[in-house]
Order: sequence, then C-alpha cells, then structure tokens
Amino acid sequence: MTTSLRTVNPKARRGFSITRPRKSAALTVVMLLFLIYAVVPLLWLVINASKTQADLFTTFGLGFGDSFALWDNIVATFTYRDGIFLRWLGNTLLYVVAGAGGATLLATLAGYGLAKFTFPGKKLYFAVVLGAVAVPGTALAVPTFLLFSQMGLTNTPWSIIIPSLITPFGLYLIWVYTIDSVPTELLEAARLDGASELRTFFTISLKLLTPGVVTVALFSVVATWNNYFLPLIMLSDPAWYPLTVGLNQWSSQASGVAAEPIYNLVITGSLITIVPIVIIFLFLQRFWQSGLSAGSVKQ
Amino acid sequence: MRATSPETSQALGQRVRKPRREWQGWQFVGPFALVFVFVFIAPLAFALYLSLFQNRMVGGNSFVGFENYVAALSDPQFWNGFIRVVLFLLVQVPIMLALALVAALAIDSARLYASGVFRMVIFLPYAVPAVVAVLIWGFMYGNNFGLTANINDLLGTDVLRPFSGQWILASIGNIVTWEYIGYNMLIFYSALKTIPAELYEAAEIDGARGFQVIKAIKIPAARGAIVIATIFSIIGSFQLFNEPNVLKPLAENVISSYFTPNMYAYNLSFAGQQFNYAATVAIIMGVITAVIAYVVQLRGTRKEDR
Repeated sequence: MTTSLRTVNPKARRGFSITRPRKSAALTVVMLLFLIYAVVPLLWLVINASKTQADLFTTFGLGFGDSFALWDNIVATFTYRDGIFLRWLGNTLLYVVAGAGGATLLATLAGYGLAKFTFPGKKLYFAVVLGAVAVPGTALAVPTFLLFSQMGLTNTPWSIIIPSLITPFGLYLIWVYTIDSVPTELLEAARLDGASELRTFFTISLKLLTPGVVTVALFSVVATWNNYFLPLIMLSDPAWYPLTVGLNQWSSQASGVAAEPIYNLVITGSLITIVPIVIIFLFLQRFWQSGLSAGSVKQ
Repeated sequence: MRATSPETSQALGQRVRKPRREWQGWQFVGPFALVFVFVFIAPLAFALYLSLFQNRMVGGNSFVGFENYVAALSDPQFWNGFIRVVLFLLVQVPIMLALALVAALAIDSARLYASGVFRMVIFLPYAVPAVVAVLIWGFMYGNNFGLTANINDLLGTDVLRPFSGQWILASIGNIVTWEYIGYNMLIFYSALKTIPAELYEAAEIDGARGFQVIKAIKIPAARGAIVIATIFSIIGSFQLFNEPNVLKPLAENVISSYFTPNMYAYNLSFAGQQFNYAATVAIIMGVITAVIAYVVQLRGTRKEDR
C-alpha cells in the first residue's frame, strides 16, 4: 500500500544538516521526562492489576505486591455478578462496530461527494456541517436525550449508536484526502465506460482513499470506545452499559451506605478496557499517521 | 483507463456539464445529511424551544420569552462554574499546548534517539478512555494506596493533597494534560512535516541555526495547527465534565454539583428535572464557546496573513 501525500518524505530532506543534525543526548534526556509522564500511569495500572485488594493497600504503588494475582483478577473481573463485565464488553463492541463503522461510511461518502460533485445546496451543506464543529456537545446532550426519550429510544442501543454516526471532523478529513488523492480524470474515464457513480466509488476511489478512511475509522473507534457522557445520560439499565459507564459504577460502589469496594476489579477492568484500543493504534499507526498529515496540509 | 483522444475528451466535457448529473452528488452526501439533521439540527432546535418555555406546577408549560436566560445570567452557581472553567482554560491550555509544541519540535528536529518510540508512547494516553484515565489518576492521587501517599510518607509531610480545595483544579488539569498532550503533539508534528525541504535549504544558505530556524520557519508553519488545537482545547475546557464527574465521589465536598457549567446542566436535568433551565445553560455555553472559537480563528488567520 503506497500513500500518495503532498507531504515531504522525511528521508528526502536528510541531505541537509538542519534536518540531519547530530543526535543530542541532552534533548533525548529531556524528552524522557515526557515519556515517563506518559508511561507512569499506564505502568501503575499494569502493576496494580496484578495485586490483590490487600496488597493494594499495603505495598508500594509502583512495585509488585506480595502475590501475583493478575490471572485471579482477570477471572474475578469476568465472573463478578454473573459476568456483567463481559456483557459490557459486548455492548462496547456493538456500539463501536455499528457506531464507528457507520460514522466512517457516512463521512467517507459525504466527504467524497463534496469533493467530487457539484450539486444543489452544496455551499449551505458545507457551511452547516463545518459550523457544527463549533457547537459543543454540551448544548446538544440534554436536548438529544429529551428528544430520544419522547421517541422511546432512550435505554436502547440506538440511543448510543445514532448520535455516534456523525463525525464532522471525519467528513472534513475525507474531503481533504479526496481532493489530494483521487484524480478527477480517473472518475471521468470510469463514467465514459458507463459505470455508475456508486460503483466507481466502491471499485476505484475507495482504494485510493484507504489511509484517510482508516484514520477516520480509528478516531471514530476511539471516540465510541471512550464514550461516557452520552451513555451516562441515555442508559438507565446496566445491561446496556458500555465499559466506561460500567467501570465508573463499580468504582463508585466503594463509597456510600452499602459500600462494597472492588478496587482490584476496577483496576483490572480498566486494564482490559484499554488493551484492545492500544493494540489497534500500534498496529495501524502507519495508516493514521499518514492520514493525519494529509489533514494538516489544509489547515 | 485514461481517455486521451480528442473525441472522447470533448464528449466528456459535455457530459460533465450536463445538468442531469447535478443531483448525483446527493446519493453520497444524503445519508450523512439525514442523520445530521436528526442528531444535530433537531436537538439544537429543540433546545432553543425548551429554553423559551417554563414548566410550572401551576399552569403547566408556558412561553416565558427570555426569562430563563435572564435567570441563568444572574445565577451565581452558573457563574461560579463558568469562572472556574475560564480559569482552567487560561492556565491548563497554554501549558499543555506549549509542552506539546516543545515535544513536536524535539521529534521533528531529528536530534532525538529513537524518535519514533517517543512519538508513539507520548501519544498513547490519548487512546485511554477519559473514565479510565481519571480512575487511574484518582487512585494515584488517593490516600489509600496512591502514589501521593507514598511520596508524602517519604517526605514525612502531607503537602500533596490533590483532592483539597486549592489543588483540585490543578489535579484535573494534570489529568487533561496527560490525556491530550500527545494528540496535540501529533497535530503539530504533522504540520511541521509538511515544511518543504527548500525552505531549510534556503535557511541553511542564510546561515540560520537552531532557534532561528524554529522561530522563522517552524513556528509560522505550525501556526494553522496551533490555531486549530487552541480552538479544540477551548471547546474541550468549556465542556469539562468527565474528569470532575468521575472524581466527584473521591472529593465529594470539593466538587460541587455546579463545579462546571456542563455538570450544572447535567445535574439540573437529571437530578433536578429542570429541563428548560438546563437547556438554557447549555445554549448560553454553546454561544459563548462558538463566539470565542470564532474570535480565536479570526485572530489566528489574521496573523497568518501578515
């Protein structure tokens, strides 16, 4: 897969000494501070997911406990209260696949349509969608809840999936990306061959748009996987909770009248929650990094 | 594939200009528009409608004009939260963006060993859900088995109290910075990567070195990205909700139900059932955010023209 971007290949400018200076140990050490800042909380999570509840209280935070209970904690997390955690994991996957998948599809189609077609109402369309980026989710959350509750959509998966389907940022990114990487002559040639516009899109353009689409998909996945405010408002039945809301419920169980702290499960559950998304990011980094640079060209 | 003969390209020109093709675009932009109207336009219109009405015990739902707005603008609890997020944004956003810019410049400078590792690892926290980030930091801040407790024990003091009244905003700011520093760094880095090699070549000939290059080439090139990142950070600060809401059980007396405007709107509607008033608060915040974002964008682009 080649990525045709209007960015400078970093290797191309290695010939100049501004871009090919001597490596600096001092700068690397300074940057290590950033690295440590980013890593310590994650390290804390990994280490403490291996501790029993007793060890959590008695042993040093960044050191291992007296016993290594990671596996026990994982089993306990998945079996606590008839395996509700697994249910939350399943819900999260459902919201991610339907929400982020749908969002990527809609944003790709619309960004492509805006880049390659002139149609009645195009200017208004663009202005309204880009203007929407400035509208804070705050202003929308409560009214959306009220609207959905009148339609009987609250406390169903639809109340999470439908609002996740819109990503103005994704539309913008695909728009930029299409202008950069889908030549109009190619589309015209396909038209002459008698292919329908949709067919041309799915057989030719989509392949050229892959890095952009992967970027939009990845950021939509993160947004839906991490979604908290919307499900918190929309859902009252724990059976429909995603991981984020469920974990917070477990955490708040530690205080109150009938306090039943399960710190070890909250910590292990948190670890299980972030592992898949971290893996996805690591594996797809080539795609989303090139997709991001395309977006920044037009800024 | 490519049509090159004069005949075909002529036919092509006619075809493209034919008006019947015009509506073709809607089959691509239509689905997005449909959902967009449903989840953006309709709730916005509904919020506006709600904000102009009041639901009273006696008399039911009635039109009250701008009464809710007048009430909100003279509501000390609203202003309490508002001033807090403004303070938060004035301190946290510059610190986070400055650090992100430093990191991006360092990675772009090619003077780092293993710069790819730095780029990836510093970005990682962005992938961590806000709830999980707050839970982790909340545990680390806590007295029970937190790192701050360990540090306080070590120093034999109790200087570090992240959940006390004077520290709580800094504690939240630290969590937000941790979550978004890498994301902003990547945005800046992407902008820096687009600087053409010829510019460096010219700078080289002029004898520019180190900080001169940063000041004369890199910062101007990243200006657009800086404006975008600033706008997103301002919007994020005004919407502050997840972090204080998840921390609330740990700092019950310090984080009030109107700690931020967003928390206020949330608690008004879900604890107080005051939906009309909540919608009003949300709209006021929306308007303020949009205006500030617009002003920042105007100022940012004007500087760019200079």
